[in-house]
Amino acid sequence: MTIKGHAQIISMTDIKITIIDREGVAHAIDAPTDMNMNLMEIVRSYELAPEGTIGICGGMAMCASCQCYVESDHQLPEVTDDEDAMLAEAFNVKDNSRLGCQIQMRPEMDGLIVELAPEA
Amino acid sequence: MIKTDILIIGAGPTGLFTVFEAGLLKLKCHLIDALPQAGGQCSEIYPKKPIYDIPAFPEILAGDLVDNLMKQIAPFQPGFTLGERAETIEKLDDGTFIVTTSKGTKHHAPIVAIAGGLGSFEPRKPPIPKIANYEDKGVEYIIRDPELYRNKRVIISGGGDSALDWSIFLADVAESVVLIHRRNEFRGALDSVEKVQELKDIGKIELITPAEVIEIIGKEKVQAVTIKRGEDEFDRACDHFIPLFGLAPKLGPIADWGLEIEKNAIKVDNSLDYMTNIPGIYAIGDVNTYPGKLKLILCGFHEATLMCQSAFQRIYPEKRYVMKYTTVGGVEGFDGTKKEAPKAVIKSIT
Repeated sequence: MTIKGHAQIISMTDIKITIIDREGVAHAIDAPTDMNMNLMEIVRSYELAPEGTIGICGGMAMCASCQCYVESDHQLPEVTDDEDAMLAEAFNVKDNSRLGCQIQMRPEMDGLIVELAPEA
Repeated sequence: MIKTDILIIGAGPTGLFTVFEAGLLKLKCHLIDALPQAGGQCSEIYPKKPIYDIPAFPEILAGDLVDNLMKQIAPFQPGFTLGERAETIEKLDDGTFIVTTSKGTKHHAPIVAIAGGLGSFEPRKPPIPKIANYEDKGVEYIIRDPELYRNKRVIISGGGDSALDWSIFLADVAESVVLIHRRNEFRGALDSVEKVQELKDIGKIELITPAEVIEIIGKEKVQAVTIKRGEDEFDRACDHFIPLFGLAPKLGPIADWGLEIEKNAIKVDNSLDYMTNIPGIYAIGDVNTYPGKLKLILCGFHEATLMCQSAFQRIYPEKRYVMKYTTVGGVEGFDGTKKEAPKAVIKSIT
């Protein structure tokens, strides 16, 4: 038996999410929920935004470079004071804006759709 | 002209530690940083946040890490050019470099080590149409000289400490101060928030919240701004519009120095010494990239250490040297101090 292409081991704890990049291209990807990863890190791991333009503060809700718009109807963790304060200072903010670094990947987020906000 | 052995661009943890490693090799260092203080992101963005992956420090606050580094390098008397951005570089015929800052300060060194992190911190500019046309024509992102605003009508936007602090300061200088913020809440220091409340109550600061500036009006210079609050849009006359939304790092002028750039970082030879494509210029810490690169402070320390050995060989190609352990060789500062391990005392029993 031969296996063609990239063999990929999909863990049972992976979820499918869709990330629309800054050029408007949608990427359906597998995101692990057991690696303590947040949405910003998922975007970086798939290189869906150029390095140096996302996650600049490293994920401390202090730069808004990972701002995204949540396009699906998922129950996400509540906005903390830190995230809220940063969004108050960020640009291109909409009602569905969140900071990717504050959204930990969880099984219930399967099917999540987010769009990356423009680089600011 | 400032002369040194290793000119370090960026005074973050990696840049600071370079001074120590260079000092052990008797090389002098001078650091340039666009920020007014040393420490880079650790001081500017998260001084009160803990770091857990500095070897042998189970937990240390970023600000304390910087303080410790400053103590560690003090014997090697580094020079600092702070609050100035490294702007241009010129390679002389003898292979040495002259780096000139945004304020025109010139530095001459045989070795340049770029430890610039994610770049120099620059004001974040709101995406208001045509705002660039009004820069220095009534739009300022940084307040350099408060006297510019004497008896002028000023509109400040932002919700952090700098927006609050400057609103308070300019309330006594300007003809009028309007503070615009997208929220009703401000995240600045409690004292500042209370002071703004007080000044608002006595009519010295006008607060417009939750609102934002969406347009700038003016022929040659700023004459008014359009403010959006909820569904309402209205114009407010002013002489200056000062958006204060904090700082964000940009690679900036370094990107135009002829260095090979990949992924917003400088490519280096990681198999050897972190040299860039220009001999004599190294890039260390978060600013560089190579296969497997990790942007960690501890990796920056390692890169700085190897880079200094290579720099020494470039400066003194004829000199032989082997790395010495500080426990054995001690630390001899340029200030005349010497730290060394206490000698064992041998006493015979008679």
